[in-house]
Amino acid sequence: MRKAKSPAAADNGIDEALVTSAAEERVSVATQWQLMWWRFRKHRLAMISGVVILAFYLVAIFADFLAYADPQSTEAFRSLIAPQPIHFFDEGRFSPHVFALIGKRDPRTFKRVYEPDPEQKVPLRFFAEGYEYKFLGIFRTNRHLIGVDGGNAEELIFLLGTDQLGRDLWSRLMIACRLSLTIGLAGVTLSLVLGVLLGGISGLYGGAIDTLIQRVIEILRSIPTIPLWMGLAAAMPRDWGVVQVYFAITVILSLIGWTDLARVVRGRFLALREEDFVLAAELAGVSQMRIILRHMAPSFLSHIIAATTLALPNMIISETALSFLGLGLRPPAVSWGVLLQDAQNIQTVALSPWLLSAALPVVVVILAFNFLGDGLRDAADPYG
Amino acid sequence: MADQIARANGQPPMLTVEGLKTYFFTDEGTVRAVDGASFEVQAGKTVGIVGESGCGKSVTALSILRIVERPGRIVAGQILLRRPNAKAPVDLALLEAEGAEIRAIRGGEIALVFQEPMTSFSPHYTIGNQIVETIQLHQDVGKEEARNRTIELLRMVGIPNPERRIDEYPFELSGGLRQRMMIAMALSCNPKILIADEPTTALDVTTQAQILDLLRDIQQRTQMSVIIITHDMGVIAEMTDDVIVMYLGRVVESGPVDEIFHQPKHPYTQALLRSIPSIFAEPRTKLPTIAGSIPHPHNRPTGCPFHPRCAEAMPGICDRHEPRLRPISEAHFASCFLYHEPEAAPPS
Amino acid sequence: MRMVVPLLEVRNLQRFFPIRKGLLRRIVGQVRAVDDISFHINKGETLSLVGESGCGKTTTARCILRALKPTSGEVLFQTAEGEVVDTAELPKAALKPFRHQMQMIFQDPFSSLNPRMTVFDIVAEPLLASGVKSREQRRRRVEELLELVRLRPEFMQRFPHAFSGGQRQRIGIARALALNPSLIVADEPVSALDVSVQAQILNLMLDLQDELGLTYLFVAHDLSVVKHISDRVAVMYVGKIVEIAETKTLFKAPKHPYTEALLSAVPKPDPRRRSERIVLQGEVADPAHPPSGCYFHPRCAHAIDRCKTETPSLEEIQPGQFVSCHRAREISLNGVEAQGNGMTIG
Ligand SMILES: Nc1ncnc2c1ncn2[C@@H]1O[C@H](COP(=O)(O)OP(=O)(O)OP(=O)(O)O)[C@@H](O)[C@H]1O
Ligand SMILES: Nc1ncnc2c1ncn2[C@@H]1O[C@H](COP(=O)(O)OP(=O)(O)O)[C@@H](O)[C@H]1O
Ligand code: SF4
Ligand code: SF4
Ligand SMILES: [Mg+2]
Ligand SMILES: [Mg+2]
Repeated sequence: MRKAKSPAAADNGIDEALVTSAAEERVSVATQWQLMWWRFRKHRLAMISGVVILAFYLVAIFADFLAYADPQSTEAFRSLIAPQPIHFFDEGRFSPHVFALIGKRDPRTFKRVYEPDPEQKVPLRFFAEGYEYKFLGIFRTNRHLIGVDGGNAEELIFLLGTDQLGRDLWSRLMIACRLSLTIGLAGVTLSLVLGVLLGGISGLYGGAIDTLIQRVIEILRSIPTIPLWMGLAAAMPRDWGVVQVYFAITVILSLIGWTDLARVVRGRFLALREEDFVLAAELAGVSQMRIILRHMAPSFLSHIIAATTLALPNMIISETALSFLGLGLRPPAVSWGVLLQDAQNIQTVALSPWLLSAALPVVVVILAFNFLGDGLRDAADPYG
Repeated sequence: MADQIARANGQPPMLTVEGLKTYFFTDEGTVRAVDGASFEVQAGKTVGIVGESGCGKSVTALSILRIVERPGRIVAGQILLRRPNAKAPVDLALLEAEGAEIRAIRGGEIALVFQEPMTSFSPHYTIGNQIVETIQLHQDVGKEEARNRTIELLRMVGIPNPERRIDEYPFELSGGLRQRMMIAMALSCNPKILIADEPTTALDVTTQAQILDLLRDIQQRTQMSVIIITHDMGVIAEMTDDVIVMYLGRVVESGPVDEIFHQPKHPYTQALLRSIPSIFAEPRTKLPTIAGSIPHPHNRPTGCPFHPRCAEAMPGICDRHEPRLRPISEAHFASCFLYHEPEAAPPS
Repeated sequence: MRMVVPLLEVRNLQRFFPIRKGLLRRIVGQVRAVDDISFHINKGETLSLVGESGCGKTTTARCILRALKPTSGEVLFQTAEGEVVDTAELPKAALKPFRHQMQMIFQDPFSSLNPRMTVFDIVAEPLLASGVKSREQRRRRVEELLELVRLRPEFMQRFPHAFSGGQRQRIGIARALALNPSLIVADEPVSALDVSVQAQILNLMLDLQDELGLTYLFVAHDLSVVKHISDRVAVMYVGKIVEIAETKTLFKAPKHPYTEALLSAVPKPDPRRRSERIVLQGEVADPAHPPSGCYFHPRCAHAIDRCKTETPSLEEIQPGQFVSCHRAREISLNGVEAQGNGMTIG
């Protein structure tokens, strides 16, 4: 049979079977998102980073639950206590506990020092009662992940030590996580919307409106951010709280922060407008709206997701840096930047290095966001 | 095979490629880009390598120069370069890819002209600078001397006003001029072998004719060996002495150009020649075609790589055994079971 | 026997692109991409447009389809209803009722199919746009179309990346045929394909023309391909048509020196025919600054003083052969003889 089939004859019949394996068949009918997911999965670091970021946002949601001490309660008595290790086993049985601390005065320096007393074990309880808070701002509860039975957790547990004013660092870190990870989100979202919208209009219509938007972008990009920030901070109503002021500023700044994304979107539109498949759709009489939504948008949606992922760490770094410099959030707000501001004094840091612990989540979350963004960007164009 | 030809001509070939295998180890699987290619290049002759896209022509060239990029690697075979006054040939496949020896050969004894002239020049330096640098890299001459030699070269490849053009940037030149510059750069160190990978594919017919003329002219003047890589049978017929036909990483047929065009032996060569549109054809005539399309590189057929598309395929033989490149006549080789018996055991 | 009714007539078509410079994007000059060309295509025939890159073939094709608005000139198209409309003049909205009667096949089999849509969605999109609401109806039509281009309908749910260049080109053809067009503008449809696949697509196009009575405007730079597919050929040089004739006449007895040079430059696939070629000196003129008189004169071996000052016009030298050269009647030029495939095999 095969011998009889001349090569010329095959051309007149149906095209030859594509000899495909099951695996190839799977790839052949895979959608853009499936292909992206397969490609993303290969990026180990990005996968891990994704999980890390998810964990961080879970912490942000359950911050009060994970804290055990009221982050604002000060007590000069408990100033600068060193981190306290947890002991998980007691005489071979699982029974997590910490040693109680005995405060003494150093006979030579007259400084207060705390020493663990192995005889006095403070057993830890899970889902214990503690200070009262509103979970997600909705319902009141006083349950916390850990606590002590009967006693006051604030006086007995110091997982990461305390600061100069005697506030528990672990609890403050949990609460800071919430503010630092979320305060910029509104700004980023607004930038995103503006960027896509204005970039889209610019790329799609071209001509005078494009020139106008491009000039606006150039002007906005030449504005120095920090002086503007300071000016805005001074101009905010006096009776606003620090968090409100900060939030307002991020939103205002997002009004100039959309330019990068707008350029990307405009570029994609310009490139896509030249694609043959767009011309083909036009010739077939497909409406302008459908061409944009069905034919053009899907091919840069993924890029926008990646761009956003790379914008989020910027927002976190800005908060940390500005607050550290005293320009952003200030106490009584609790953010990573504020916590690090406490660690500004070299002497304190030398004696109480645990005050620097807020730096670790900043580094981890920024790296994770960047790895995730890279992974998404690589996966974003499965046809590239 | 190499020895047979050598004896026939009484003179050993300049370059012998024997059983070359270059694979790419990608995430999706191993791409056997070149899978046992054997051929040779005689001194002062033009050899054409022809085949459809993806058959391994460029990778063969890159392998000879040892510039195959990761994840690609030469996994087997010899690339023997014979120098006039050396006793034993050097095996380029064994040299260290970044070593001094291969770097001296690359651009010195063997030069390469790429398909896309724009990407072969750095956009940030003038063409003159880049050629001067190449000359100084391989030869011990001063800057002034190198510059004069560059102007001479540009004149030789037919660039008008070389004194002015030498200081232009690549983007200021048309495709044809850029390709001439590329050739000038390749010639700057008097290579013994010039490899031209699709030197005219990006060019228009009239410019193509100019560049082909130039190559032929230079070949006759310098008596170097030229390897022309192309998918265009017309270029092969116009330019070459010997032809190597490749399919899926293998040499399926090789021989003198006249025999390849007038007595092709391998079914693929025959079908390819029949299927090319010819300027001599009657208008509005259908062309005989080759069924199907080139298999995906991960999905290489067993046995003879051409068997799913071959009109003469013999079931039970061609799909089980791998044919070997065997002599048909003195200098004409084909890899097909129509011309030799399969070996007893199917090769693993 | 084909009917001789022009389906498309192009008259004095011009398309210029402004050259802008400086901050204010002021217009400092013009690229005369298509500069006053006229031709017609009869129903059911194939006219090829050949020339070197940048000579204005794509621009002409896009002006005809109104993907570009012509600077001036007429594009007269006979609609299926028998009316003759000037698509160059009409506003875009007025084009809608018959625009689907002209469709395009693209050069690049990769960028012409949206990688994010399945074959079904790609081929059914024109149907949807023309108001075929029922999915079942669309599916049946897509099946029919895929079979027409010799593809298996089972592959409908696949994405373009699963297909080879030749198969993608077939999908593009199926999409172009979806709305039963009468004119197909094919812009270099086989240039990006492998040699063995080129022949398959050319044959398919010839078959479809016979089956469906299609009319082709076939844009190409490869004269061998052109010879196989076309009834008539128009040769372009720097935005102008320099010669139009029946394929056989043009290849055998070209009357314009540029046509002769093009024919002679094609590498002939036969080592026994290595001939002395006419190698044109210099480069194609820049359409932003074309030479005076005949645009070809700086490269023409037959140029006389008159060629430098006076622009020749397209004249009918003999029935059906139009040439734009002052000396078309006096010089004798060489073509290529048709001789089967030009090869003896086996
Ligand atoms: N960097 C790479 N990574 C993976 N595979 C590669 C790489 N370079 C080449 N290949 C594969 O090697 C095979 C041969 O490629 P090569 O470029 O030599 O083909 P070619 O004959 O020159 O084709 P063309 O005419 O398209 O240039 C192809 O299957 C190609 O996909
Ligand atoms: N959008 C454009 N803007 C400016 N010049 C253009 C544009 N499109 C085409 N051209 C110019 O018009 C001429 C003809 O182009 P084109 O029709 O694309 O050539 P071809 O299809 O024959 O390769 C070229 O010089 C090209 O640079
Ligand atoms: S070995 Fe068999 S399949 Fe391969 S080319 Fe020869 S006849 Fe065809
Ligand atoms: S008009 Fe003159 S220059 Fe132009 S093609 Fe004819 S002979 Fe040559
Ligand atoms: Mg190549
Ligand atoms: Mg074009």
